[in-house]
Amino acid sequence: MGITLPILILALPLFMFLLLGIGGVKMSRKVAGVLGILGMGTTMTLAYIVAFTYFFSGDAAFIVDGVRQQFQVFDVTWLAFTEKLVVNIGFLLDPISAMMLVVITTISFMVHLYSWGYMEHEGGFQRYYAFLSLFSFSMLGLVVATNIFQMYIFWELVGVSSFLLIGFFYRLPSAVAASKKAFIVTRFADLGFLLGILTLSYFTDTFNFVDMTSNPMQVLTQTGGATFLGASVLTWAMVLIFTGGMGKSAMLPLHIWLPDAMEGPTPVSALIHAATMVVAGVYLVARMFPVYCVVEASMTFITVVGAITAFYAAVVACTQVDIKRVLAFSTISQIAFMMVSLGVARDHMAGVHYSGLGYMAGMFHLFTHAMFKALLFLGAGALIHAVHSNDYTKMGGLRKYMPITHWTFLIGCLAIAGIPPFSGFFSKDEMLAAMFGNSWLWGAWMTMVAGLTAFYMFRLYYLIFWWEENPEYKHHRPHDAPWQMSLPLLILAAVSVVAGFIPFGTLVTWDGAPYHIHLETPVAVTSIIVAVAAIALATVMYRKKNPLPTKFKNAMPGLWQAAHRRFYWDEIYLFITRKIIFGIICTAIAWFDRHVIDATMDAFAKVTQKVSYSIRGLQSGNVQAYVLWYFFGAVALAAITWICLL
Amino acid sequence: MFGNILIWFVIIPVLMMAGLGLCRNSSMKAIRSIMVVGSTALLALAIWLCVDFLALRAGGNDAEMLYTGSWMWYAPLNIHLAVGVDGISVLMLMLSAIIVFAGTFASWKINPLPKNFFLWFALLSTGVFGFFISIDMFTMFMFYEVALIPMYLLIGVWGTGRKEYSAMKLTLMLMGGSAFLMLGLLGIYWHSAPAGGELTWNILEIARNNAVDPSWQGMLFVFTFVGFGVLGAMFPFHTWSPDGHACAPTAVSMLHAGVLMKLGGYGCFRIAIYLLPQAANELAWIFIILTGISVVYGAFSACVQTDLKYINAYSSVSHCGMVLFALLMLNQTAMTGAILQMLSHGLMTALFFALIGMIYGRTHTRDIRQMGGLMQIMPYLGVCYMIAGFASLGLPGLSGFVAEMTIFFGAWEDADFFHRAFVVAATCSIVITAVYILRVVGKLLLGPVHDDHHRQLTDATWFERLSTVTLIVCIAGIGCFPNWINETIQASFMPIVAAIQNAI
Repeated sequence: MGITLPILILALPLFMFLLLGIGGVKMSRKVAGVLGILGMGTTMTLAYIVAFTYFFSGDAAFIVDGVRQQFQVFDVTWLAFTEKLVVNIGFLLDPISAMMLVVITTISFMVHLYSWGYMEHEGGFQRYYAFLSLFSFSMLGLVVATNIFQMYIFWELVGVSSFLLIGFFYRLPSAVAASKKAFIVTRFADLGFLLGILTLSYFTDTFNFVDMTSNPMQVLTQTGGATFLGASVLTWAMVLIFTGGMGKSAMLPLHIWLPDAMEGPTPVSALIHAATMVVAGVYLVARMFPVYCVVEASMTFITVVGAITAFYAAVVACTQVDIKRVLAFSTISQIAFMMVSLGVARDHMAGVHYSGLGYMAGMFHLFTHAMFKALLFLGAGALIHAVHSNDYTKMGGLRKYMPITHWTFLIGCLAIAGIPPFSGFFSKDEMLAAMFGNSWLWGAWMTMVAGLTAFYMFRLYYLIFWWEENPEYKHHRPHDAPWQMSLPLLILAAVSVVAGFIPFGTLVTWDGAPYHIHLETPVAVTSIIVAVAAIALATVMYRKKNPLPTKFKNAMPGLWQAAHRRFYWDEIYLFITRKIIFGIICTAIAWFDRHVIDATMDAFAKVTQKVSYSIRGLQSGNVQAYVLWYFFGAVALAAITWICLL
Repeated sequence: MFGNILIWFVIIPVLMMAGLGLCRNSSMKAIRSIMVVGSTALLALAIWLCVDFLALRAGGNDAEMLYTGSWMWYAPLNIHLAVGVDGISVLMLMLSAIIVFAGTFASWKINPLPKNFFLWFALLSTGVFGFFISIDMFTMFMFYEVALIPMYLLIGVWGTGRKEYSAMKLTLMLMGGSAFLMLGLLGIYWHSAPAGGELTWNILEIARNNAVDPSWQGMLFVFTFVGFGVLGAMFPFHTWSPDGHACAPTAVSMLHAGVLMKLGGYGCFRIAIYLLPQAANELAWIFIILTGISVVYGAFSACVQTDLKYINAYSSVSHCGMVLFALLMLNQTAMTGAILQMLSHGLMTALFFALIGMIYGRTHTRDIRQMGGLMQIMPYLGVCYMIAGFASLGLPGLSGFVAEMTIFFGAWEDADFFHRAFVVAATCSIVITAVYILRVVGKLLLGPVHDDHHRQLTDATWFERLSTVTLIVCIAGIGCFPNWINETIQASFMPIVAAIQNAI
């Protein structure tokens, strides 16, 4: 493969960012919108060509004896720290990066198109498209990174794009606060990532992914069995690197920024906070998977964090009022699902039947989730566009008014609930099979979470489209969105229906060798029964207006309230940052600086001044005084001479 | 003598001063044209020097210093006007020229007494350029003092707020540092040659002789490092910085934080570390503790300030602390990072102070509690401020990221617990920096407009745009294509690192 197409895939969005960012002021909205959409459309076409060439051309560079290869299209020096530690900027093609190219450009293009309708009446249209291009550039750079430092560079850049887009409505204090929170929380996580890279690269003497992952045992020997605080140094490094992923992918306890990030425009939530950027953590673990495999402890850590987060987020999602917040917690829960799936996966060294299944299934779910979650968010955008509120209490009975939104949203819900033949069923089933393969504990736990997923999604669905009609519709009749918005919904709905039939096992596996998917009947049957039961429960409770939900709420008010307030994580963080860091540490240091250090310096000056003043009288210019002093001096000298002579 | 290109870095500002002296105080046009012509000439000279230097190096000239020249000045003490540059000095000259250029435009409408302001401004530039071209310790010290003294008048006359107090404090504290420094330099001079040899002030010769008695090195190292460290805002000698910056006029803050504070870091490695390598190896730990404190302490202090200039002054304490911290790691990568950080911090702080000056000139307040939503009113300045902020918190693609990462990866090479613990503490500053930068950006630029009187304010004028664009282009340039600078610096550190290695 030549290097022209890959370079264009990265260069085009960057160019669009600069063009729209600098020249946008002089452009009309229409020109900016069309340019943005065309630019992303071209990028998508190029990415498809590259991905299809990679998967289906059969070129010896890409596939040898049925095993898919990792291929560095280019890799140029960017910054040389030392002779060995050199940061390159490159383009790595392998199954997961090719898959991500497709996911990112598809969703990004849909969002570009959708935004043309959604953002029509908003100011700063040109700026919005510029930021979208910046994000697409950063995210594409992240997934094709050839080395972990390149990934870190683009990791930071997606962070800042996310900051800019969450705070897009910068006149609103809530949006400003949310963007700040998102940036700082992820920055804190990235500190862990950075320390992880520092530690890892100190031993490996390279940043390159292929060098590290092709021979993970060598990485293990390079660390030479060094330990720190009872854990091996490699465990520390891999857990710290995973911390970066926890921040971006909103794992407990670093999840608090994602629900607030919903302050951004809804298409942005669909692109960044549902389909692409938030799965960067999963992608990171997948990228380093062979190294994680040799460090059992870090895999266990990932599994436990994922399992707790998945359950927590699912419970909270059941009690939220804002429809975007429900979807946000659902995203957290689903991403945690993928994490667990990776965490329970074991490579060939474990020698069990399920080797590598979790990896394949996690990536599969990443793909299908990106599609149906983007669909759900865009659907939510259409709803918000129609009723001008994020709150489900302002909705209800909308199925008659907004048929396209209704049907596509329903498809999204069925897909996420895991009902066959929708795409979510296949990916989720594979993940559950992998979890049961590792331990029945993880399998049962995550099946329960899958049940909760089906419940809260259908709760949301019924409350929006059934329940009771909002009387305000008579004054202001909601209607389906314009074609720019409906078209992406229809396309994504179609993809969500059929994506499950993609032979994913032959395309994306951890070692490139094809994996034969076979449906695990007991697992599939269990998960379908659980999902259907959960949907039935939601139907009973929320299809028509009835007092049942209120009864449940009143039956356990403490639990409901705690879940509604997201188990007080935000309050805890606020306490730590406001009261402890700002209130105690920063204020104390600033006080110390002014009143101790600076005061000491001033005191030197004052003492000098005091001394000068006190001896100033000696130089009075008064002749009588000088004579007097002269007399006393002479007497004193005489006295001393006399004493000495004595 | 005039055939040496380096001498012209001093001659041009002197000519500018002569020209300004001939102007009438009221002829703004003549004053501005002299300043613009002069600062453009300096910038052109610096660019030409940089290109020529790289060409010479590429041509295989690997002498430690290029363009060397030496002229006797005072024979009894063997004082020369000795000049010469390596890659680091070339970059520092470039930085100074850029900031003098941007500073000229930033003080386009200085009032009152524009002629006198620019006279002192040119004198300050003379000192700065002279310092970077000198390789004779005495001449270097002289230019150092020439750069410091005009500060007193520039702040005392054209400053704002408690200007007399701040000017006095700044000058006295820096003079205190100079006193230490003078002792240190004299000490080095008396040990500069082996017994019986001719004593010298020339840095290259002293390094070659390597004759400073080990028993003396410790004390001299402390004297020189503290002397330069005061100017580098090392804890606990940093308190001149917040007051001084807060009261200084825009261009002076730019030049002071942008270039003058770099004199400290430059002196630390060129004299303290290079000439006293044994002491550097033995005593670095003391200063690692102090500068490590600077890094974190400055960042935390910045979090609760309300005056824009105080925030940036404390942020400078943190960033300049990082410079000295990296130098003390005594390995090539970290020291390279220190120079990158000097360049990065110079450009970015100059940009910050220029923008603060522009905002202050419009709103007449620097208190972030009294401003808000300025992005809606002056989008150009708002965007520039955000870019400066992103550079400060280390966003990839801007210079701060490159510098910090080089420092961290270099510092991580020292694998013992002491170094690692301090490096981890220093890395925490990237989070704290994000906190205070975003706090300011959120309060100052975003959100609703705080004061309705601000709605009539105008956005940047052409000279303000020129000033900011120059700086932003340089920041982004380093951030996107760092490797040529990195290689230049690394090559220049070879002799210094070799000296340190030999001394272990």
